[in-house]
Amino acid sequence: MSSYINRPNRPLQLYAVLFLIVLYVPVLFIPLFSFNDSIYVRFPLQSFTVKWYGELWTREPVWNALWNSVKVGLVVSVISTVLGVMAARAITRTRMRGKGALVTFIMMPLVIPGIIFGVALLVLLSRMGVPLSLYTVGLGHLIICLPFAVATLLPRFEGFDPSIEEASADLGENGWWTFWRVTFPMVMPGIVASLLLTFTISFDEFIMAFFLTGTDPTLPMYIWGQLRFPKEFPSVLAMAALILFVSFALVFLAQWVGRKGLEDQA
Amino acid sequence: MTPADRFISIRNVSKSFGAFRAIDEISMDIRQGEFFSLLGASGCGKTTLLRMLAGFESPTTGEIFIDDQPMSDVPPHHRPVNMVFQSYAIFPHLNVRDNIAYGLRKQKLTPARRAEMVEDMLDLIKLPGYGNRKANELSGGQRQRIALARALILRPKVLLLDEPLGALDKQLREQMQLELRALQRQVGITFVFVTHDQEEALTLSDRIAVMSGGRVLQVDTPAALYEAPRTREVASFIGTMNFFRGIVRRNGSGMAAIEAEGLGTIPMPTARLTKPEGAPVQIGLRPEKFSLSPVRPDIGLAVEGRLRTAAYMGERSQYYLSLPGKAEPVAVSAPNTHRQRDAQDVPEGQVLWLSWAPEAIVILDTD
Repeated sequence: MSSYINRPNRPLQLYAVLFLIVLYVPVLFIPLFSFNDSIYVRFPLQSFTVKWYGELWTREPVWNALWNSVKVGLVVSVISTVLGVMAARAITRTRMRGKGALVTFIMMPLVIPGIIFGVALLVLLSRMGVPLSLYTVGLGHLIICLPFAVATLLPRFEGFDPSIEEASADLGENGWWTFWRVTFPMVMPGIVASLLLTFTISFDEFIMAFFLTGTDPTLPMYIWGQLRFPKEFPSVLAMAALILFVSFALVFLAQWVGRKGLEDQA
Repeated sequence: MTPADRFISIRNVSKSFGAFRAIDEISMDIRQGEFFSLLGASGCGKTTLLRMLAGFESPTTGEIFIDDQPMSDVPPHHRPVNMVFQSYAIFPHLNVRDNIAYGLRKQKLTPARRAEMVEDMLDLIKLPGYGNRKANELSGGQRQRIALARALILRPKVLLLDEPLGALDKQLREQMQLELRALQRQVGITFVFVTHDQEEALTLSDRIAVMSGGRVLQVDTPAALYEAPRTREVASFIGTMNFFRGIVRRNGSGMAAIEAEGLGTIPMPTARLTKPEGAPVQIGLRPEKFSLSPVRPDIGLAVEGRLRTAAYMGERSQYYLSLPGKAEPVAVSAPNTHRQRDAQDVPEGQVLWLSWAPEAIVILDTD
């Protein structure tokens, strides 16, 4: 007779399956209807088509918005990962007072609603006379992405023996060379994971972009704008399906890289 | 003192972490080319002292000189010392060859010369052909050797070793002790070795500093520490010691003696006993310095004791006897030179004669 600790639990398994269905079935309707030959989202499905995807391909503003999102995403992911590396190193390697409070403050944007940050930044920037542009969107995204970068990188820095860095110093390398020859290669999987994750978050982000976008829309802003036109809706679905797929792929990749690195270290 | 006698010179060094005084006014010298051990229980400050030699901690007060150079303003990466870490700290993302060659970057060697030096090191640590192994394919003993090679390839003036054998199992540890000793003789580099294992320190070292509470209690050769410990603390840290309280007795003709609890009056050469008549002294006798016999021996000093317990330990047996006038039992160790299967059958309560030579008595400083 096995104990309750490792005995399979039927009701719990059923609950887990139901949970996943409720969570992801609505999302699955998006790609489903994006292949439907009708501008109305309703059953029964009409015939299969890829014309909405073809229409996307030829539309100039889609490409512009996509390019804007990619630019912001790349810059934000690099800056937030660099800042994340510096923060994670400082948190794990230095003796300082108020470390716990500092970590809490860095992680705070995870729980503060984006709308509050968005409004606050909008008020501040307009007071300062800063025009809204992709730069202001990037600033907003940086606030949102930084805690994710730190949360991804902290376990990497915590996970390795500080005496490995001391060994490098002992063998004659200064701080800069020790970082490049030891610290950086050892936290590399964390850096890749952080880049992928923060890029995805920035790419998909809507609330900050809603408050801080100037004349150049990001892709989510463009989608929002298109929702006013019912006949555009199927191509919005097609675009959403694509974003969904790329986001899933990037997050899985980030997870896989992060885990692989941890296994190598063990 | 010749310079070689104070190759490493530690002068009035103290180290505080907040209110905690980890190192308390230590002054001592380490000779060039010797195998020097810092021995003490955990928390005695031995690792802190080693880390100060490496430069990872700086003294709160005092100065450390290595080869006549003051070290306070020299960061770890510029010191002429290398360290073998307790965890070995092998770089996990590099193979064995790149681990060993890690410190050679600044020497601007040709690839051929570098490869040759690495191969020489692999031969020295008896791991030839291991260059391409990954760090996670190595056993504990192999990691320990790679950590040694990585440090020795730079020909440091001093090699620091932080309990490098602590993580190995007993058999491997004993083998590595022998190899480490041979290696030190071969390369001739000054080794400073931190350990809490007194047997290991005795086996390996030319000299040992016994540490406790951030202080150095005694610096001496293994034999001197064992046979002539200065204080009770040192005596009980190294091996086992029976302690007896006593009183100095002198007579007019210059003869001296110690009247010790349980042992009676023991005559002493006046040269060994400087204290005046009636002064309290503390003396020690190692368990193996006693002889046991069922009848009173013809010569030497002897007292009668009653056997409390006996423990058979293979090559020797340990007996505990109570002596009249002494509260704690006295430990006696006797080699089992004959195959006396019934050695452990000496019945408890049996009366035995304990004898010893007066030269075996250690007179300790009263604290």
